[in-house]
Amino acid sequence: MSFKNPLEGIEEKFEMIQILDEDGQIVDEDNVPDLTDDDLVELMRRMVYTRVLDQRSIALNRQGRLGFYAPTAGQEASQLGSHFAMEKEDFLLPAYRDVPQLIFHGLPLYQAFLFSRGHYHGNQMPEDVNAVSPQIIIGAQITQAAGVAYGFKHNGKKNVALTYTGDGGASQGDFYEGINFAGAYKAPAIFVVQNNQFAISVPVEKQSAAKTIAQKAAAAGVPGYLVDGMDVLAVYKVVKEARDRAVNGEGPTLIETMTYRYGPHTMAGDDPTRYRTDDMDDKWEKRDPLVRFRKYLEGKDLWSEEKENEIVETAKEEIKEAIKKADQQDKQKVTDLMSIMYDELPQNLEEQMEEYKEKESK
Amino acid sequence: MAQMTMIQAITNALHTELKNDENVLVFGEDVGQNGGVFRATEGLQEEFGEERVFDTPLAESGIIGLAVGMSTQNLRPVPEIQFFGFVYEAMDAVSGQAARMRYRSGGRWHAPMTIRSPFGGGVHTPELHADSLEGLMAQQPGLKVVIPSNPYDAKGLLIQSIRDNDPVIFLEHMKLYRSFREEVPEEEYSIDLGKANVKREGSDITFVAYGAMVHAALKAADELKEEGIEAEVIDLRTVAPVDIDTIIESVEKTNRAVVIQEAQKQAGIAASIVSEIQERAILHLEAPVLRVAAPDTVYPFSEAEEVWLPNHKDIVEKAKQSINF
Repeated sequence: MSFKNPLEGIEEKFEMIQILDEDGQIVDEDNVPDLTDDDLVELMRRMVYTRVLDQRSIALNRQGRLGFYAPTAGQEASQLGSHFAMEKEDFLLPAYRDVPQLIFHGLPLYQAFLFSRGHYHGNQMPEDVNAVSPQIIIGAQITQAAGVAYGFKHNGKKNVALTYTGDGGASQGDFYEGINFAGAYKAPAIFVVQNNQFAISVPVEKQSAAKTIAQKAAAAGVPGYLVDGMDVLAVYKVVKEARDRAVNGEGPTLIETMTYRYGPHTMAGDDPTRYRTDDMDDKWEKRDPLVRFRKYLEGKDLWSEEKENEIVETAKEEIKEAIKKADQQDKQKVTDLMSIMYDELPQNLEEQMEEYKEKESK
Repeated sequence: MAQMTMIQAITNALHTELKNDENVLVFGEDVGQNGGVFRATEGLQEEFGEERVFDTPLAESGIIGLAVGMSTQNLRPVPEIQFFGFVYEAMDAVSGQAARMRYRSGGRWHAPMTIRSPFGGGVHTPELHADSLEGLMAQQPGLKVVIPSNPYDAKGLLIQSIRDNDPVIFLEHMKLYRSFREEVPEEEYSIDLGKANVKREGSDITFVAYGAMVHAALKAADELKEEGIEAEVIDLRTVAPVDIDTIIESVEKTNRAVVIQEAQKQAGIAASIVSEIQERAILHLEAPVLRVAAPDTVYPFSEAEEVWLPNHKDIVEKAKQSINF
């Protein structure tokens, strides 16, 4: 080729944004987000709470007391730092690993457990929670986020749609379609790709020739940012700015958070030792989001072991209570499911309803 | 009253609902300034503005995904799939997402969208334009599937589809778009979904049809009349859910039935209706319930479509087979 390769030097355009390094030191003073001490403590509380919830969920799953569960440890900064930039009225479209964001958006914990167990009440967002339940089809939520955002813009609301997918999701056609639609309509959407390095077992290098996922936004004419997903301050800051841009009518943003899941893909038999090495696990655990943020807060006299223990105990207690409440939920009936298929029962379901009422009364 | 073609009646229905409900949005490929490739949305952008009638990027999955998201914001989307064969690109968005929105959210959200799309054979289109995919749609719980056979029904059914709180697939047979005109009231009216229409009364045999095949069935009935056979013709209008009561009432009177579809024979709407009839009325039957359908190939390259498509002669033949059983 006698012409210059346009991809030459593209890495420089998508350098990873970091504010807090692995040792808890601020490396980008100018970009430290404008958060109060209470905010900083709340962010840490959420991350600690979520780490405990993850440990307990794995244990409960092994005891057969939970169903489908996708572990979250390692991704707390990526998940909770991004969600922390949202307002209550903003709309959340999570993927299946994004249950913590839903909980902090208002989904009661016992309902999150019912979702895991496969009870429809777990998918039933309370009236004041602007969210859909976790998406199972990889990427389907991305085009929907564009639609929610179109709706906000159309109705003159100063809100955003925030959606999540992973590095695998960035290979789906819907990924490009969603970002492209939002870009074309300048719709207030934020697309977060949590690049945890593996789509189940397939490493990110095998997903694409693109050096970053962030750069995929460029094809749609949308800004894309690569962020250290283990740095809660950087994740928060970039998402907050994306939100400000969106509500100011400046359109959508794609954000790639570089992160890692310590556990398996889900608790349904995935064995990460088949595709990851101990060295790799160690390398990422050294970058742990809780460790570095704890150091940072301790340096500011905002955190102590005592405080952390208190949060751990509270979390354990709340989890216990939520499981109890989930146990008390009425058993799910096939006739319940029939009644949520349509606004009005069609003739075929009306007949089947009678049949199943009879079956369920026995 | 005015004389309208089916495409004019469809434009009129869209106009009516855009005017009635500010939350109705009409969008798709080329539906804006161009007014749609069949002119179904002619003049609508000019009247209602680009915020409510607009072009989309060329991506079917994106179009339906967009509509699913809009549904959470109190909007009533009316997306167009330019030709129904293109719906394969959007199968997850339609069947995996829109159809399940009410169910998967436990009733918290629903998707009150109407997906309009042209389909149907006989107009020499390239591949994947003419396919009858209503059976595929009808198999998905959560969807309703509506197929009008004439301008009057098209207007009333489309208005009702847009007002329905669940996703409706509204399929418009291309051959019927401009093949004839009839009286269509200018004022608004609606026709209930899930209700069939007895187009012609008869005592000897029941024809169950929908879309363009209603006209083939009526033509067959005219021909049979000359031989003293009186056929009753039922226009389903909605193929999911099917108005089984009207069908059974008719079969109990005539004791014979032929179910007609333009789609391939395998699986499909007609097969399901035949099962329903034998489950509910077997002791009334004087002959097996027969089907007229296309052969089980992919929709043919257009030079072969005349032979491939079922026609009134096939219906006459099956009717005689039933009568002479």
